Amino acid sequence: MSTTSISLGAGSRERWWEFAVWILLLLLPVLLPKHSLLVSEITIIALFAMSLDLVLGYSGIVSLGHAAFFGTGAYAAALFAKHINPDPLTGLLVATLVSAVLGLVCSPGILRGSDLTRLMVTLGIALILQELANKMDHITGGADGLQGVLMGPVLGRFEFDLMGQTAAYYALAVTLLVFLLLRRWVHSPFGFSLKAIRDNRLRAQAIGIPVHARLMAVYTLAAAIAGLAGGMQAQTTGFASLDVFGFDRSADVLLMLVIGGTGWLWGGLMGAVLFKTLHSLVSALTPQYWTFWIGLFLVLLMLVGREKLLRPWTWGRRS
Amino acid sequence: MSEDTVLSCTGLSKKFGGITATDNVSLKLQRGARHALIGPNGAGKTTLINLLTGMLTPTAGRIELLGVDISRLAPHQRVQRGLVRTFQINQLFDSLTPLQTLAMTVSQQLGLGASLWYHLGNDRRVADRCEQLLNQFHLSEVMDQPTTQLAYGKRRLLEMAIALACEPRVLLLDEPVAGVPAGEREELLQTVANLPADVSVLLIEHDMDLVFSFAKRMTVLVNGAVLTEGSPDEIAADPRVREVYLGHGEAHG
Amino acid sequence: MLTLLFDGVAYGMLLFVLAIGLSITLGLMNFINLAHGAFAMAGGYTLVLLMQKAGWPFLPSVFMAFAVSALLGLVLEVTLYRRMYHKTHLEQVLFSIGLTFMAVASVDYLVGSTQQLVQLPEFLKGRTELWDGALGMGHYRLAIIVVCALLAWGLQWLLVHTRFGAQLRASVDDRRVAAAMGINVNTIFMATFAVGSGLAGLGGALGAEVLGLDPVFPLKFMIYFLIVVAVGGTSSLTGPLLAALLLGIADVAGKYYVPKLGAFIVYTLMVLILMWRPQGLFTRGNA
Repeated sequence: MSTTSISLGAGSRERWWEFAVWILLLLLPVLLPKHSLLVSEITIIALFAMSLDLVLGYSGIVSLGHAAFFGTGAYAAALFAKHINPDPLTGLLVATLVSAVLGLVCSPGILRGSDLTRLMVTLGIALILQELANKMDHITGGADGLQGVLMGPVLGRFEFDLMGQTAAYYALAVTLLVFLLLRRWVHSPFGFSLKAIRDNRLRAQAIGIPVHARLMAVYTLAAAIAGLAGGMQAQTTGFASLDVFGFDRSADVLLMLVIGGTGWLWGGLMGAVLFKTLHSLVSALTPQYWTFWIGLFLVLLMLVGREKLLRPWTWGRRS
Repeated sequence: MSEDTVLSCTGLSKKFGGITATDNVSLKLQRGARHALIGPNGAGKTTLINLLTGMLTPTAGRIELLGVDISRLAPHQRVQRGLVRTFQINQLFDSLTPLQTLAMTVSQQLGLGASLWYHLGNDRRVADRCEQLLNQFHLSEVMDQPTTQLAYGKRRLLEMAIALACEPRVLLLDEPVAGVPAGEREELLQTVANLPADVSVLLIEHDMDLVFSFAKRMTVLVNGAVLTEGSPDEIAADPRVREVYLGHGEAHG
Repeated sequence: MLTLLFDGVAYGMLLFVLAIGLSITLGLMNFINLAHGAFAMAGGYTLVLLMQKAGWPFLPSVFMAFAVSALLGLVLEVTLYRRMYHKTHLEQVLFSIGLTFMAVASVDYLVGSTQQLVQLPEFLKGRTELWDGALGMGHYRLAIIVVCALLAWGLQWLLVHTRFGAQLRASVDDRRVAAAMGINVNTIFMATFAVGSGLAGLGGALGAEVLGLDPVFPLKFMIYFLIVVAVGGTSSLTGPLLAALLLGIADVAGKYYVPKLGAFIVYTLMVLILMWRPQGLFTRGNA
């Protein structure tokens, strides 16, 4: 093999620790059975964060409303299970497709204009959906949320148990599959073209990349995956409420991604784990004023920069 | 129109409010051309390139590439048809290595650009073409370095390599040696001289050495309009051209 | 219907004064400051605390609201914001969200989360009815319209007829050239940010009676300020003014005629407008 082939391949070869982490993750429901619900929760949020990474990390689109697709997936899966068919995998497929369609429809809005425009459009769409879900309360349960979503067994065999073990395995398995898919995507020419668009949209156009088409495609894919995560959320918890569309959710997942690092898929997972851990710790100390501490953390993180913050030995130095 | 004309523009104009940046410019590029576009600063040379490539929309006029009217096509569509440019200020992809940049560009050229499934380096054709380009542009030793760490001269070479990776029929070079330190110029000048013979090249440059050794035809642009056009000897002898430059660089005879 | 229009105009003028600082900050420093609402809140709470705890009368308290917010803005600009100018928009957004969270939590802790009530002075209470009640003008809202209009006119005068204004406009157009011409860009930034924050505080104080005041004010109203800036653009005063009036009237009319849809109308309008004209309704040229 020529040196070029070797170099090109090296960037994407799986590293040993990636296998190790995934094996550990998949064993968690067995190792920590009492924390199965937490495991599902973190896994689902990690998947949500990874979908945002596609949009933010790889394509450079600042979105404050990614929860729009998470929420759509959640309600789609919940309504599907309640009124049509309680099979989880079918419901998941429906949630993914519905979110993908929404993503495609909204994608023209993020193509042109400044960062502020994109911020506003993404934020606006999430707010609109939240309002819609609120007002259409005869379908969605409004402010009370959609309750009593009973799921059938996964693959016809594995019932969702009260302990949450099935849910944890379900979430982990689906997330692993999607992760593998995402991995392929980001190392494909498509994935590299996204980075090119992010780095220098002008030049990307100048080498023949159809920028608008690529961005619409990635936005649709990211919406689909966010919807997948939302669908799993509704399925594993048995209900869907308005906060799935909330600004809090969009902001939290953005923060998770920034903590974990954008532009490398693991950032979503790492960030989700770190964020949730942080949350648990701080909430145990000062349950009411979590907002203050997370705010302070954000301010410091942004002032100092993620690279420096994670390397305490550089704190004394001037950069 | 001669069969041999690969790129032409007719009556191309661009007005910004009250300012006329490009004034009724007509230009023809033959197959295998080595055509230089010169003129004082602010003459509108880069604006013309931007109009030809579709970055700017003309107020009037039309552009034809290989006999097809491309005046309405988007920039990326023009590139797909073979009209490629380089930039005066390097426009590179900072987070990619030279190898990745070229591989992605070549993949796009081969029609694999939208592929989500296969891996960037898998196709032999991509790897081979990258190797060719890296050698041709003296970038092999730095192919895995992040673009941000490259020396300026190497970055300039990469700038051109990217354009060549697009398999251009017509290549528009916007001041390729601008700002390149003396030690790295030779590499770059050699590469410009060795461009494939069937690629038609339009060169914008202020370095008169390069212009006169490279060009077979020249167009002089002043205040957005064509002053004159002809062979290097004709241009060098033209008193109006000398006047326009007012002692900037010597016209070689 | 006229009353609705009147109320909408009052609301819009208030939004203009609240949001104009954000527009100028974005236009001048290319900084997306989502904490702008926190300065408005600071002004509102200054008013309320001075009146309730220190027994100050209304008008001086309003003035202090401006002063306190302006001072707060000045201090924060010099110590914190200045370090963020060269960072990416994402980092600025997260930074300012962080500041907002801190502000919201602090106020909740210090003052409590109940809605604050403002006691208007006697001469501002009351209502005038014209044309057999077709137009009902609350005196307070009338005062708001007048004050905000004066402020808008004053800002325009400042920008066009003073040296500071000229320097500000030059810095917005091209920061580097302005600096090269000897304009002290740092001072301009500092002064502008302070005035913008002060105006937000003033708006927060004036608006406390109309819009309500509680710790989540910045989060609730931030979207409205952003709409004014995104739709109105950052290259003029009239753009945000028109956008604010449009927003105010649309919101008031929407909530009256179609209460079931509420804010939905405003959000949808905004998204549609931005998808049609990403650079804003009132800006010319590319984004």
